[in-house]
Amino acid sequence: MKANGSVFKYGDNVDTDVIIPARYLNSSDPAELATHCMEDIDKAFIKNVKKGDIIVATRNFGCGSSREHAPIAIKAAGVSCVIAETFARIFYRNAINIGLPIIECPEAAKGIDAGDDVEIDFDSGVITDKTKGTTFQGQPFPPFMQKIIAAEGLINYINQ
Amino acid sequence: MGMTMTQKILAAHAGLEQVTAGQLIEADLDLVLGNDITSPVAIKEMDKIKSQGVFDKDKIALVPDHFVPNKDIKSAEHCKCVREFAYRNEITNYFEVGEMGIEHALLPEKGLTVAGDVIIGADSHTCTYGALGAFSTGVGSTDMAAGMATGKAWFKVPSAIRFNLTGKLSPWVSGKDVILHIIGMIGVDGALYKSMEFVGDGIRNLTMDDRFTIANMAIEAGGKNGIFPVDELAIAYMKEHSTKTYTIYEADADAEYDEEYTIDLGALRPTIAFPHLPENTKTIDEVNAMKEPVKIDQVVIGSCTNGRIDDLRCAAKVLEGKHVAKGMRCIILPATQHIYMQAMDEGLLKIFIEAGAVVSTPTCGPCLGGYMGILAAGERCVSTTNRNFVGRMGHVDSEVYLASPAVAAASAITGQISCPEE
Repeated sequence: MKANGSVFKYGDNVDTDVIIPARYLNSSDPAELATHCMEDIDKAFIKNVKKGDIIVATRNFGCGSSREHAPIAIKAAGVSCVIAETFARIFYRNAINIGLPIIECPEAAKGIDAGDDVEIDFDSGVITDKTKGTTFQGQPFPPFMQKIIAAEGLINYINQ
Repeated sequence: MGMTMTQKILAAHAGLEQVTAGQLIEADLDLVLGNDITSPVAIKEMDKIKSQGVFDKDKIALVPDHFVPNKDIKSAEHCKCVREFAYRNEITNYFEVGEMGIEHALLPEKGLTVAGDVIIGADSHTCTYGALGAFSTGVGSTDMAAGMATGKAWFKVPSAIRFNLTGKLSPWVSGKDVILHIIGMIGVDGALYKSMEFVGDGIRNLTMDDRFTIANMAIEAGGKNGIFPVDELAIAYMKEHSTKTYTIYEADADAEYDEEYTIDLGALRPTIAFPHLPENTKTIDEVNAMKEPVKIDQVVIGSCTNGRIDDLRCAAKVLEGKHVAKGMRCIILPATQHIYMQAMDEGLLKIFIEAGAVVSTPTCGPCLGGYMGILAAGERCVSTTNRNFVGRMGHVDSEVYLASPAVAAASAITGQISCPEE
């Protein structure tokens, strides 16, 4: 399984309130949530994001609330993977559970810039910055997480 | 090798003699919690699970508390979804408006959370119940759905940081100042994926409400859970509120900790977290030394962090016979109906209203910028809540300052960040 896209880059502690502000949590419709994704940190994100694009951030991505609406909004916006130095733990669980691929890789989080064309091989964990011609070794997913992501989430996986 | 208190609880619930940090386990759940924001997503997921129905109708708690009484049509639809699910599955612990409260104040009060439990909740502040010696942690809606269906959840066994609390808090210093001090010290990811285990002879000087506040904000340091040893005060609380059997677990003497800190409670000062992270803390002395006072427009006293009776008593002590500053909006939210009633019986509500504050039904509303106290661009709020992220309580250009009820009440009177000492 591979992902390929253009990078949106953010810093430390991107919290779930800026990923999807609570004023929109009166909806749980993924398509509607996606229209407000990253609104309080980057108003241009939703205008510019294309299917397959990648978010790269530094430390503690997804900190704050347990709202699964955050990874749901990112996934529904078309993002194929989030790379960060570290993730907040509830966001990490939620992303896996809904089938949004995420990779912890401090070197890639530091070495990749906004707008770079990046390819990720989920089987090997290799991240390639095609713009810069650099590669990084991220942690490949353990097999059970790969299966959850391939099944598009924990519930589908349980049903299988 | 010895186990931490958290590891012992997890081992017992996974049917294992021993667990070690990093190990993946499947644990039996004593309680699964959800609210009106997270439950509808969980219910949608549950409908996809082939084996329908819940694992135990007595071990699920559904508490619509975020946007209730319904703030708009969409919120009403969410609450309707939760209500219908609760009725359909005969959920014992569904709490309707009129009997509800903010979940993390309500569940201990109703006796649903006791020492030794493993609890997951689709709300990040589920870590609150560690105050009673339970392992409790926040999860998302899918985990909640799987938990409701199977009564189990998978966990990566956490390592721990030990906080040795000594001494006694000074007047006007509370549990909120303890946890803000700790978050300021270790940062918002200082305890990422880890347990925060509180120990030491200073704990006996902390009220239950102080402990709930401290455990509640473990997530604000990135922690998986926060947990306190079970002492006489915790046992008395459980006996007063619960008929459930509790189990006391203690960390082994040779348990390993990633880090250890000793905190002299007597040395702590009223502490305020400045925008836009809970780790941006300053003591009241540092605030007073600033060139310009921090002028504010609104004060919120409430939430799962600081809406309990001790918090309201403290605020009332400060506000009694005084009046909030001109132009100040002071919003006070007792966290449960029971606390509301206590505050009424003790004459606190009269003090608040005479001081020019408003008193609201229990709701999480303003804490997360939902309703009941949204900030406009450029406005500042001193709040006893738990997060001060960009746009948390309203406009992206508003600011939230996190503080204790004492500081919040004093600030409402002066119109700038202040301490009752002055």
